Amino acid sequence: MNPAQFVLDVLSLGGAYALMALGLVIVYGILRLVNFAYGELIMVSGYTMFLVSGSGLPWLAMAACGVIMAVAAGIATDYLAFRPVRAKSVTAVLITSFAFSTLLQNAALLFISPRPRAVPLPELFSRTVEFAGVITPVRNLITIAVAVIMLGIFSWLMRSTALGIAMRAAATNFRMARMMGIPANLIISAAFAISGLLAGAVAILWIGRIGTVVPGIGLQPLLIAFIATVIGGMRSLQGAVLGGFLLALIDTSLNYTLPQDLLKFRDAFTFSLVILILLWRPEGIVRGPASGQRT
Amino acid sequence: MLDIDSLEVSYGAVRAVRGVSLRVRKGELVTLLGANGAGKSSTLMAIAGAVRATAGRVRLDGADVSGATPEAMVRRGVAAVPETRDVFPDLTVAQNLQLGAFTRRRDQAGVLHDRDTHFARFPILAERLHLPAGNLSGGEQQMLVIARALMSRPAVLLLDEPSLGLAPLVVDQIFGMIRSLKESGLTILLVEQNAAKALAVSDHAYVMRLGRIEAEGPASEIAAATELKSLYLGAEP
Repeated sequence: MNPAQFVLDVLSLGGAYALMALGLVIVYGILRLVNFAYGELIMVSGYTMFLVSGSGLPWLAMAACGVIMAVAAGIATDYLAFRPVRAKSVTAVLITSFAFSTLLQNAALLFISPRPRAVPLPELFSRTVEFAGVITPVRNLITIAVAVIMLGIFSWLMRSTALGIAMRAAATNFRMARMMGIPANLIISAAFAISGLLAGAVAILWIGRIGTVVPGIGLQPLLIAFIATVIGGMRSLQGAVLGGFLLALIDTSLNYTLPQDLLKFRDAFTFSLVILILLWRPEGIVRGPASGQRT
Repeated sequence: MLDIDSLEVSYGAVRAVRGVSLRVRKGELVTLLGANGAGKSSTLMAIAGAVRATAGRVRLDGADVSGATPEAMVRRGVAAVPETRDVFPDLTVAQNLQLGAFTRRRDQAGVLHDRDTHFARFPILAERLHLPAGNLSGGEQQMLVIARALMSRPAVLLLDEPSLGLAPLVVDQIFGMIRSLKESGLTILLVEQNAAKALAVSDHAYVMRLGRIEAEGPASEIAAATELKSLYLGAEP
């Protein structure tokens, strides 16, 4: 085994996982609710790229359409599934987020197709490069680069802008944040929009691995994001990123070490390790701030 | 300036506030006294919009603001400091203050100018500017939350138990600061357990018991009425 190859695999998988986890935890941090329709934002982005694939636009413009639609779908989740029932009960919101997810999936089944649809990808995505004895697909390097850029932008947004600081305040103590004059609806919509932006980036990187989109494509990223945030710490943005990279480390290590006939049971090994991590730190690795109440 | 009429607050079957009416005139400092659980904080939080009132009217300068959200109340010039003394612990003192000025974020020059004014009042905050607010002592946190509330340039300040759990020396400092805020023309509604200190700085006082107003009058009269003491000190008569 080539250590450079291993590191590169962990970083590219971890970059994608970290972005998935961040998109889920940004909404969770503020609403204390898992948005189960998160995976469908990735699906929406994938189908948008499929639908514009015949338009003759340059690839970057098509990718931008995908990302914009994911952001729009994120904001729509807030308006259609969360806002009408937010004040009522946690159970109601949980169920509407499931319903919204099912609705979007079924819309894709009904109006497009249950069969995989090809998504336009630049030729660069299928090329491989060789350096320092490592052979790697260019898309892995792109994934690492996109993850670094997105994490950088995200971190700047949360540290240095009025909106980002207001979002962090709202994640710690939503009621007190409102008593600073920070509008609840603005913060929540912004969280959904950022979640959509991350989902859009994930969609390009994730679909870039397979080249096609199916109605159920969002399930695996949702699951990955959920596990990564649980092991990293549901209340912390850094925890989500750490959890993403840790999960990628576990997956990649198992890929390298498990014998061929056990490889199809990889997820069972992964989840066993996740259980061990949770026994060791039930609240996740990064504890995050003591939280206030959602109102 | 602030007119409360028959305000009611219920938590499930518990009626915490039962038909409270009170009035705060412009530039006045009014104190709401009462034992633990008398409904003082619920009254204050309902005025701030942080707790939903089940009935009653809140009027601000004659305009009906009943049922307004907490963020709308801040925009209308009512800032509240809850007794839970909620600093944002991970954010620095500077960021906490910046959040207090969220409604004025287009006016950075004005915000920085106001911040300097508050530093003159609370020099310790200037020294701790880049520390996480969670690292401050209880008294420093209290100063931070008050300064933070002032950053929105409120016309009315609602203060809930600012002396709670603080050392006597710090309590004196806080009351000195409340007095100077009043002298600067700010209208204040204060909820306090420390009745003697509160009455000494107040113009007017209300005494609550079991969700109702039991007595009201000029602060000096309330302070002199010995039969009321058992009410706000919490002992049953």
